[in-house]
Amino acid sequence: MHRTGALYGQFKTLEQQKDTASLGMWIFLVTEVMFFGGIMLAYTINRHTYYHAFAMGSNTLSIQLGGFNTVVLLASSFTMAMAVWSSQTGKKKLIPMFLTLTILLGFVFFGVKYIEYAQKFHHHLVPGRNFDITYCVNNPSKCEDIDAADLDVERAEIANALAADPDLNSHAQLYYSAYFGMTGLHALHMIIGAGLLFWLLRGSLAGRFTPEWNTPVDIVGLYWHFVDIVWIYLFPLLYLIDRHK
Amino acid sequence: MSTASTANTGPALKLPDKHYLNATYGIRSWLLTTDHKRIALLYLASVTFFFFIGGFFAMMIRLHLLTPSGYLLSADTYNRMFTMHGVSMIFFFLIPSIPAVLGNFLIPLMIGAKDLAFPRINLLSWYIYIIGGAFTLYSMVTGGLDTGWTFYTPLSTVYSNSAVAPAVVGVFITGFSSILTGLNFLVTVHTMRAPGMTWFRLPLFVWAHYATSVVMILGTPVVAITLGLAAMERLFGLGFFNPAMGGDPILFQHLFWFYSHPAVYIMILPAMGVISELIPTFARKKLFGYHFVAAASLAIAVIGFLVWAHHMFLTGQSTYAALAFSFLTFLVAIPSAVKVFNWTATLFGGSISFDTPMLYAFGFLGLFLVGGLTGLFLGCLGVDMHVHDTYFVVAHFHYIMVGGAVMGYLGGLHFWWPKITGRMYPEWLARVAAIVLFVGFNLTFFPQFVIGYLGMPRRYHVYPPEFQVYNVMSTAGASILAIGYLLPMIYLTWAAFYGKVAGNNPWPATGLEWTTPSPPPTENFEVTPVVTWEAYDFRNRPDLGLDVVPDHPGVVPAHGHD
Repeated sequence: MHRTGALYGQFKTLEQQKDTASLGMWIFLVTEVMFFGGIMLAYTINRHTYYHAFAMGSNTLSIQLGGFNTVVLLASSFTMAMAVWSSQTGKKKLIPMFLTLTILLGFVFFGVKYIEYAQKFHHHLVPGRNFDITYCVNNPSKCEDIDAADLDVERAEIANALAADPDLNSHAQLYYSAYFGMTGLHALHMIIGAGLLFWLLRGSLAGRFTPEWNTPVDIVGLYWHFVDIVWIYLFPLLYLIDRHK
Repeated sequence: MSTASTANTGPALKLPDKHYLNATYGIRSWLLTTDHKRIALLYLASVTFFFFIGGFFAMMIRLHLLTPSGYLLSADTYNRMFTMHGVSMIFFFLIPSIPAVLGNFLIPLMIGAKDLAFPRINLLSWYIYIIGGAFTLYSMVTGGLDTGWTFYTPLSTVYSNSAVAPAVVGVFITGFSSILTGLNFLVTVHTMRAPGMTWFRLPLFVWAHYATSVVMILGTPVVAITLGLAAMERLFGLGFFNPAMGGDPILFQHLFWFYSHPAVYIMILPAMGVISELIPTFARKKLFGYHFVAAASLAIAVIGFLVWAHHMFLTGQSTYAALAFSFLTFLVAIPSAVKVFNWTATLFGGSISFDTPMLYAFGFLGLFLVGGLTGLFLGCLGVDMHVHDTYFVVAHFHYIMVGGAVMGYLGGLHFWWPKITGRMYPEWLARVAAIVLFVGFNLTFFPQFVIGYLGMPRRYHVYPPEFQVYNVMSTAGASILAIGYLLPMIYLTWAAFYGKVAGNNPWPATGLEWTTPSPPPTENFEVTPVVTWEAYDFRNRPDLGLDVVPDHPGVVPAHGHD
């Protein structure tokens, strides 16, 4: 990338170089599908076995925050697509603008995720010795960020779930293992993506991307869309298990 | 006997003035290189290092098992020895050995490219391997781990008091080096072939690596996430595999073997690729059934993904699942047998010479046959009940991995050593070493079929006295085997500096890699080659200077034919 449109030594034509780069990214995305596939299998099997605990765990998530983040990420996919479009059509001024917007939306996502994670720590919902799915129900004074009315609903749900699954607390930990494992892995991918976007931003400010040569924007775009798609799966899998009533 | 004389007559051979080894000097020129040939040598040094570490643990195991009551090691230490033997041999030697050393060196040369598609990612993969190796070595020097190389939960996540976490993290990291290598090979084969190098003119070595790469990119991410979850479970208390929290250890086994069975094909497919190069060269005949051998590689890669639960016949899985997995396991034998039959058919009527690489190829054929057929015994539900977790299994997979993969690796190293270094190894010493290896190997592992069948369980540090004679044979064989491995290491190193200059094509062989000087220049070819011939086509290659080329199929032609 330090050489605008440079042809690397191992290639004969720019076209060959571009094809090679995007094939490489597509194959990398295949490995990512397998990578997330493993943890989604673990999720699926446990959700099937411990449906009540998973539904209960899902109900303790904030659908507002999760839904808001979904919208944010979809918007960032749009701005990313616009950045790719601007680089392909030679609108050099627009590329850094759209990249900056994409980065900003990414950081909004991180901010919301931080709020959610912090809540889970306060509510004793992190797998480990202090995990207690009934913590907020039993200690309403410690969970003032939850409405009293919502807590009442939660109390009833926990009573029902406990009737169906006496070992609810253990199995809810499995749900939260899935929650932190999957969203943590997703967030890690977002952080890597944000780093790549900063790298693109530098290149675009130097005016390196032209309609003839914009491979980096193109393939980072692919990566960013993939990370968004993962979230499109994670949102219903984690937040919407028991919301159909 | 010597095929070299037919190809290289004339004035004394000289190394080229400029080649990839003397293009630049200094430690930085190696550690920051993006030349696939130099990265291959970096890998060669590092996998050899881990091979001898794993070999040391193997010798400890064999010495300990000399006596039934095990005087040498405590039970706990013994557990650590066989675990670390498996971990270093499988993840740090067998998986990277042929692809990352020979594949790295040869694939661009064989397809007429200047380098792999992503040279910097290639270097990155070596660094990732080294970082993963460093974690695992850290685990070994801080007491090692005792879970077996399979890291079964909940032993690895809850109960073991050994250094499991750094080893698991090390293997997790090294997986990404394998993924990047596979990705690089796939893209390279797709986009970097020279003009005229069509898919069905590719050497079968390249086809085998293509199939291997598919397994690497589809399987490795799954074991990565699995080991990642196991590490998180040990470090932070996640619960997927912990029965105390309702998690399922069997799930770990499924996910682990989903990669680790196909991983066996990561080890054996490249070795088959090597054999497919050796046999036509030293039988001086076009490989019989090229398309079938190429397709068999892909078939093994695909079917290999559908058989993993045959490692778990005794874990209480559904009988119907076991039946299906048993049947699918038998299916793998078909493409494997296609290969063996085609190699044998190539030999028929060939003009065979017994140079060292060919001795390894013959060794491979015999040992792979035994290893493969005993695999069918194990895939059979009833027999597996009896021999599960016994030395029968140990013997079976050593026949495949050592008798197959390592024989292929050494055969390939000998075959391409003149290309890598520009110099020949001492032929007679090499033949002796190949025979020593073959004898040592069989003496080590054949008795293990017998004691396994008689019921000696694997991974136990003591055994009933009636098994002692077999164990003594096995230990004696292991000592011979050790000599067989030390010899090539010594004379190949010697030959790299002092061997006789080899010339471009000492055997002679038909691949593109033999049309460029040995050692090749940094950019591989002075001009991009244009391929006009089929793979292994000795008869249409007057440039090789061969006078007698057997016809195909199988009958030596009368003079003047053609």
